[in-house]
Formats: sequence, structure tokens, C-alpha cells
Amino acid sequence: MAPSPLSSFDEMIDADGNIRPAYAGYREWLDEQDGKWLQRQSKQAESFFRKTGITFNVYGEDAGAERLIPFDMVPRIITRDEWSRLAVGIEQRVRALNAFLHDLYHKREIIKAGKLPERMLKANEAFLPQMAGFSPPGGVYTHIVGIDLVRTGPDEFMVLEDNARTPSGVSYMLENRETMMAMFPELFTRVKVQPVSDYPRSLARSLAACAPPACENERPVVAVLTPGIYNSAYFEHAFLADQMGAELVEGSDLRVVDGRVAMRTTRGWKAIDVLYRRVDDAFLDPLTFNPSSVLGVAGIMDVYRAGGITIANAPGTGISDDKAIYSFMPEIVEFYTGEKPILKNVPTWRCSEEDALKYVLDNLKDLVVKEVHGSGGYGMLIGPTSSKAEIAAFEKKLRAKPDNYIAQPTLSLSTVPIFTKAGLAPRHVDLRPFVLVSPGGINITPGGLTRVALKKGSLVVNSSQGGGTKDSWVLAE
Amino acid sequence: MLGRSAWGIFWMSRYLERAENTARLLDAGFRIALTRGNSTASDEWRSVLVTLGLDEPFAERGREATGPAITDYILRAQDNPTSVLAMMENARTNARMVRTAITREVWEATNESWMILKDALAKPVREANLGEVLDMIRRQATLVRGAMEGTMLRNDILAFARAGTYIERADNTARIIDVKYHVLLPSLAWVGSRLDNAQWEMVLRSVAGERAFRWLHAGVLDPRGIAEFLILDARFPRSLAYAYKQLESSMAILSDAYGIETSAHLAVREAVARLAATNIAGIFDFGLHEFITEAIFTNRQIAEAIAADYRFTE
Repeated sequence: MAPSPLSSFDEMIDADGNIRPAYAGYREWLDEQDGKWLQRQSKQAESFFRKTGITFNVYGEDAGAERLIPFDMVPRIITRDEWSRLAVGIEQRVRALNAFLHDLYHKREIIKAGKLPERMLKANEAFLPQMAGFSPPGGVYTHIVGIDLVRTGPDEFMVLEDNARTPSGVSYMLENRETMMAMFPELFTRVKVQPVSDYPRSLARSLAACAPPACENERPVVAVLTPGIYNSAYFEHAFLADQMGAELVEGSDLRVVDGRVAMRTTRGWKAIDVLYRRVDDAFLDPLTFNPSSVLGVAGIMDVYRAGGITIANAPGTGISDDKAIYSFMPEIVEFYTGEKPILKNVPTWRCSEEDALKYVLDNLKDLVVKEVHGSGGYGMLIGPTSSKAEIAAFEKKLRAKPDNYIAQPTLSLSTVPIFTKAGLAPRHVDLRPFVLVSPGGINITPGGLTRVALKKGSLVVNSSQGGGTKDSWVLAE
Repeated sequence: MLGRSAWGIFWMSRYLERAENTARLLDAGFRIALTRGNSTASDEWRSVLVTLGLDEPFAERGREATGPAITDYILRAQDNPTSVLAMMENARTNARMVRTAITREVWEATNESWMILKDALAKPVREANLGEVLDMIRRQATLVRGAMEGTMLRNDILAFARAGTYIERADNTARIIDVKYHVLLPSLAWVGSRLDNAQWEMVLRSVAGERAFRWLHAGVLDPRGIAEFLILDARFPRSLAYAYKQLESSMAILSDAYGIETSAHLAVREAVARLAATNIAGIFDFGLHEFITEAIFTNRQIAEAIAADYRFTE
């Protein structure tokens, strides 16, 4: 892959070669460490992850083939002030997302006001008519949100993507910190970092706060629904259930009993109050959606609509993180909050629009083109690093189905050094902070998951495509 | 707890126990092969296959029944779904499925055991390394059991794990007795006669009982005494009597926790009572083979009752 064509903002070192303030304490510590010892620690980190079983499965490989997401031991560091500004912007965006979802499934004021074309809903599979007129318990649609951010300058953070369905990666945020603290305990006494370990407790609290009307328990029964051990994020599902003290259930454990969704326990059927599902909408209920699904529960949507269970995130939230809707987010934020958006969007061309399509076709070599419903870095074109043949092949797909694509300029993502055999070397990163929404408010864990493109010059940070992760620090002082 | 989790931990424990017992059985065969003539050794290897119920599948492969071919088949052959490697993998898959029901230490011990053995069994094991590998299998199983004992809550989850362990152990010991007495005692008339001491020592070794027996019986090896030891001596941790005693106490934890007894409790109590009411003379009168066949059948019935009573599957 060719080196990135743009000069990027490095988060550790400024243009004059000086260490930026955020990294001052870390660099001071690092320079005192023995290089060989660091190399050994780096290897040890890998065996730690293998032992713990922090793995993910790659689709298309043998069932059960488990891989590690490479971990880089140089932390990504954000100052307290940078984070405070960022957090205000994230909160605003998440508030708007929930208000937007409520509106879409009720009065659709935003369409009436002419801020969003109605066709954005009509042709969209992520919009679920079954949710129309229904208000989820506690009024919360997106209990868990991951906002993907990229940095392009000193105070320039942009939202690349909203993840409002079932964002993953939070277990890596937590395990990366655990690993760093186990490997370099003294580092954390020198540099004060805001903790992330509260996340599972906050998640449990936040889910319990959204108990459905039928809940009779003082402590609502929470369960995590996983597609099973061969799912790519199974480790995370088990990890979160374990940390919350919740049951980890599969579709085969569940059925509707007396108007409730119940799990088969050794003592009989037990009703579940809140289901944190890590199964897509389409597989949730074979009676309502995909009839061949064995991952969900037949009849759960009826129970849900009757107030018998809370599903987190609510079905139908995918409409808000759709990449075509994304391009309207500045209008959406302003419409529901009455405020100017604090976080910027990446400029986006909707290929469904004729002028935009023409521009995109003329400039494919400079643009990033993504599928509207795609994720995981699959099915996308990165113009500047693609060959002429690759671009030509992609052009055909784009012309055949322009509605299916959006395009964005190639951003010069910021870099943070990684640890290599030859010493520190800059690599591009993004950041996914995790946000919890409950009737009581919005809780953002300081930091999040930093994904890093390990290949020199690469802009693709997805773990399925050779990306790694870093511990992400927000400084405490 | 989920019925599926109970099922998972029950089988995770059974697979670990079976992997360990298989290693013990192989170790015993290996020692005979080292010290005895060829014909004794090949009898012994065959009896290992019969004990594991693998004589027919092995014969179907059309390979010569040599020690190395048999050990390779039992330890790691791809076409043997009950190889030690496959059982460790099953144990680990079950552990992964019930990840939230076990402690981090139990999971890590199981996962690490699987990683270590997968590595050790990646290639055929050379005869010179066989003892070491078998040792490793036993050690890893012990490690997991130790992590369970040391870190798990004393609740229904551990009760299901233990029930799995002791049902499997009772089954394995019963099978060893059955096969060994067939091989070593062609006729009941031989009971009480002087037999090849080394072979009897082997029987004991395959259940890690040679020292215990010598200590309790002042070194006199006789078939009746050994059978009594393996079936009725509740002091010996791999005897049927001990396994049933442990199974009974695991079942008691379940009835205490749930406030109700099930058909599985009844089945266990009956089995324990039957064992208590008999002695070794009675067993030989009834017929050792018949007695063991019945014990294996009872074992399976208990396992099925537990699975049904506690909703392992729908």
C-alpha cells in the first residue's frame, strides 16, 4: 500500500520535533526504560491476550479459528481539557440521536419541517415499521452508542460514523487498560489517568434503569443475548455478561412463557426484564423479521410492544447510524438540540444525488467510497491507495447502484507512534468512545477504544483488516 | 443458572476427567511395553483400545496394532473424535460456552491447558517423549481441577461440575476393571491363583492406585483384593464407592440449593445403597462382568436423569 498522500497531525510530536504536553509524562518514563525489556514486554502482552482468550473470529475462515487483535503498548493520550470539549460534543450528538429516533417512529417532525427527505426512510431496510408509535421503556433507544472519531488537527475531531446498533470493542478498551496496568504498574503512579473500569457497572445500572413495565423485581433480571461461541465478538459478549453478573444467553435458551421472554434455567423458566442483545434486528424475532433465524426468540417483538421486556438497543435504531442519514447529522443535531453541532461531520457526497455522483465519479482516485449499510471496512474503496484496476472495478459497482454508496474526502487521520523493532513509528488512529444512555442521563467513559492501522501509511484501522488497538488515556490532571 | 450452562460445565468436567484417565491408561500400557515381551505388550495395547471402546474404529483403519500406532490414534488422530486432543478441545469449547459460569482462573487454566496440549500434540509423539506428554496431560487436568476447587463458589455450578467429574470417573474405573479382568482372568477359576504381579500392578497404576494399595494391603497382590479396592474402598479416590459418595454429596448441594429432590437423587441413592449392601464375595458370586455392566448402565441412567431434571436441553 502506498504511503498516505497527506501530511498528518502527530499526537505525540509537533512539527518542530517537540513532545506535545499530553505525552510529556509518558515520554519521560519511556526514555528511562531499557529497550530490550520493552521488547520482551511487548511479546508478553501477546501471550497474555492468548491466555485470557481475548480473541475474535474472522468470518470466512474455519469455524473456531480465533485470532488476536494486535495490541500496541504505546498509549494514545488525550488531555483532560481536550476530552472535556470532546465529551460535550459527544453528549450533544447522542441526545440528538435519541430524539431523532423517537421522532422518526412517532410524529416525524423533522420530515415535516423539510430537514430530511422522506425517501431516506422509505427505501431504508433499517427503518422498522413495527416500531412506529411505540415508545421503548425509559424513552431510551440507544442504550449503548459508539461514536467513531478521527482527529485531523490540534482541536479538530470529526465524527466518522455513529454506531447505534450494537457497537463492539468495549471489552478491548477494558482489557487494554488491564494489560497496561499489569505490565507497567509504576507508569500509572507517575502519570495520572482517568479510570475506565467502571464501565461494566455503569452498563448494568443503565440497563436496569430501563426496566419494562412488567418487571416485578427490585433488581431487574438482565441477560446478554449472543449469537454463540462462533460469533466474532463472542469473547466480548461473555466478558460483559461476566462483568455485569448477567446471564449470557443464546436464542435456544429463550422462549415466550406467559407473556414474558424467559430463559431455561436449571430450576425452570425465568423471566428476563432487560435483554442486552448482540444480535442484529433481522435475527431478533423469526416471527417478525427473518423467518429462518435461530439466533433470536419467536414472539419477542410482541412481548416487547406489550411492555414485557426491554431490548437494548431498541430494534430499529440502525436507521440513525446509516451512512446516508449520517450526512444529515448536522441538521439533525441542530433540529433537536437547538444548538450548533459541536462535533463536525466529515463532508459527505450522497451518490444517490446526481450532482454528487458526477463529482464522485470524476474524483474517485481522491475519495473514500463506502457502502451505505456496510461496516467492518468491507466493500469500500480508498481512492488514493487503490490501483487503476481496483478503481475501475469499483466504478462499475458504483454506477450500477449509486444509491448504495456515499463518498468522503480522504482524511489525513492523526498519527500516534507504535512500538516497532526499530523504535517508535507513527501510525494512523481513530477513536471510539463508548456512551451509555439511561433515563437518568448520558455517561461517557473517558477515552474509549483507539484503533490503529499497523501498516505504515495505511488508513484502515479495522481489526478484520490488519488493524490493532491501543490503550486510550484521558489524563486526570 | 441456565440449563445450557449446567450442561456445558457438566460436560467440560467429563471431558477433562476422561482425558486424564485416558492418559493414565496409556501410561500403564506404555510401561508394560517397556518392561515386558512383545506378546504381553500387544495384549496390553489391545486392552487399552477395548477399555476406551476404540478397538473397532481402530481395526477399521486397517493399521497394524503397534504401540506407536495405537498411542498416536488415542492421543491425536484426526479421525478419532474421542482422542485426548479432541477431548481437551471439547472441554475448552464447553468452558468457552459457560465462560460466565466459571471463574477467570478456571477459564484461563482450561484455555492454557488446551494451548499447551495442542502444541505438544501437533506432531506424532516420539516414544522417548511419550511419558512426558502423558504426564503433561495429567498435570493440566489437575491444574484445572485445582483452579475449580480454589476459586469457584460452593453452589449449583460447582455441583454440576463435580457430578460430571465423578460420573465420568466411575464410568472409567468400571471399564478398566471390566477389561482387565477379562484379559487377565480368562476364567473365574483363576481368582485366587498366583498371577503375573506386574500385570496387576499395571491395573493399579492405570488408576493411580499402586502405592495406595500396597500401603493398605502390605504389598500382597491378589485379584479379589484389587477388585475390592477398586470397587468398594471409599478411601481410594478413583474407586466406584468414592465416586458415588462424591456424586451423592454433589446432588445434596443441588437439593439444598433448590429445595427439591429429583429423580436423579433417587437414582444416585439407589446406586449408593446397592454398593453398600454388597461385598466382594457377593460381587464375584453375581459375576464381576455382570456387576460392572450394571454399574455402567446405572451411571448412564444417572447422567440422563440429571440432564432431564435440570433442563440441560429443551
